[in-house]
Amino acid sequence: MQNRYSAWSLLRGAFSGQRNWSPAWTDAAPKAAYDVIVVGGGGHGLATAYYLAKNHGLNNVAVIERGWIGGGNTGRNTTIVRSNYLYPESARLYDFSLKLYEGLSAELNFNIMLSQRGLVLLAHSRHDLDAMSRWANAMRMNGIDAGILSRDEVAAMVPGLDMSPQARIPVLGGFTQRRGGTARHDAIAWGYARAASALGVDIIQNCEVQGFVQEGGRVVGVDTTRGRINADRVGIAAAGHSSVLANLAGFRLPVTSYALQAMVSEPLKPVLDTVVLSPGTGAYLSQSDKGELVIGAMLDLFPSYAQRGSFAVTQSILAGVLALFPAYARLKMLRQWAGIVDVVHDSSPIIGATPVPGLYINCGWGTGGFKGIPVGGWTLAHVLATGENHPLAEPFALSRFVTGRLIDEAAASGIAH
Amino acid sequence: MMQIPCILCGRRDESEFVCGGASHLLRPPLEASDQQWGDYLFFRDNPKGVHLERWRHAQGCGRWFNVARHTVTHEILSVYAITEPAPR
Repeated sequence: MQNRYSAWSLLRGAFSGQRNWSPAWTDAAPKAAYDVIVVGGGGHGLATAYYLAKNHGLNNVAVIERGWIGGGNTGRNTTIVRSNYLYPESARLYDFSLKLYEGLSAELNFNIMLSQRGLVLLAHSRHDLDAMSRWANAMRMNGIDAGILSRDEVAAMVPGLDMSPQARIPVLGGFTQRRGGTARHDAIAWGYARAASALGVDIIQNCEVQGFVQEGGRVVGVDTTRGRINADRVGIAAAGHSSVLANLAGFRLPVTSYALQAMVSEPLKPVLDTVVLSPGTGAYLSQSDKGELVIGAMLDLFPSYAQRGSFAVTQSILAGVLALFPAYARLKMLRQWAGIVDVVHDSSPIIGATPVPGLYINCGWGTGGFKGIPVGGWTLAHVLATGENHPLAEPFALSRFVTGRLIDEAAASGIAH
Repeated sequence: MMQIPCILCGRRDESEFVCGGASHLLRPPLEASDQQWGDYLFFRDNPKGVHLERWRHAQGCGRWFNVARHTVTHEILSVYAITEPAPR
């Protein structure tokens, strides 16, 4: 039985020395069969399980995770949430996700520490200004908040920027999505896991899928390191490892895996209260509640499954950050890491059916999977429960790579591919 | 950073090169179906293991060549001419 988290329960716990708390979720052992199996216990997989139980009343569901939940890209991203995409299909998808984020702490009874501190994209040239005007206008046409910022407005919103006449990388203006911001990445995994577990979902860790059992061309279960588990509906939410799983099931994906790098500094006093993205330098940064600067970098532009980024990229990103914020020059960096991202030709996700009946997938979020967790889970749960792709996910079906109807969000993905 | 042995110039830093993605992709005939054409344009093996890929010594001699490289260790197993068939 789970405790409900509240100030009152915390106060009540004080009388028992805070020894009354039960585990947030149950670390389950696999049963022989489930109605639905979700492969991948990151944000997307856990959200899928939660929405299967919550929206569709399916609670005989297992989430199977190779390592520990939230230990992949969910624990490796830069925690940015935003919906500043160009095309109507993407705007609908990503803004639905942001709206779910806005209500998520209350819904999950778990503080996801959503901080809508505003997103500032920097324009470093006339061409950036033109492109950002088009971008912001496209967002407004799609009903999403966006505002063009003058040079002075950028300077007021982002105090540390080098706005001097001799600045190495001049800032001419920018645009903002004020509803953008950050959320606590681990809390997303833990919050969804706790809520799913409370609805009866089995969360199975240290269980690697080694094959998909098929009968008559349909999926009927998975072979794992902890034995065979049957289910006639299986969803894959494995980000950078999607191709590995697809290969086990006998098909290919239009996905290439790359290492995307990020790093954090030592904690410092509050210096930055927005999320700043500088497409020109490839850097994007925000300050965490602990005070660390969280800095996102570029891809190593060759296929990789190594969860580490090369030093050349670290160096070029930090050079960019220092050109923009000279005051950070003596800051020490604490950690650097990389996550394996599943990059698709049009930088848009793939949601829905696979060539194997009964097997569904949610992948291709590439460098922007964190912001998509709620809608990724919502739509994968929908197709697993009903067999029909959710209207929001319809344009993002795998079939677009045959019809040629791509949704090219290369610019809005924010990272050069 | 990787050191990549260019077939003309020898070992150089990875930053001198650009990766051109998977090698040995065969362009289908003009009468190919949409399925075959999409497969050729977009679908990739994307292996966790040895990957056969094209690299170009962009900041050096400019030559394209093939590399067999492990995608987890980044170890380069062999380098061969762009026209050579895939190693067995």
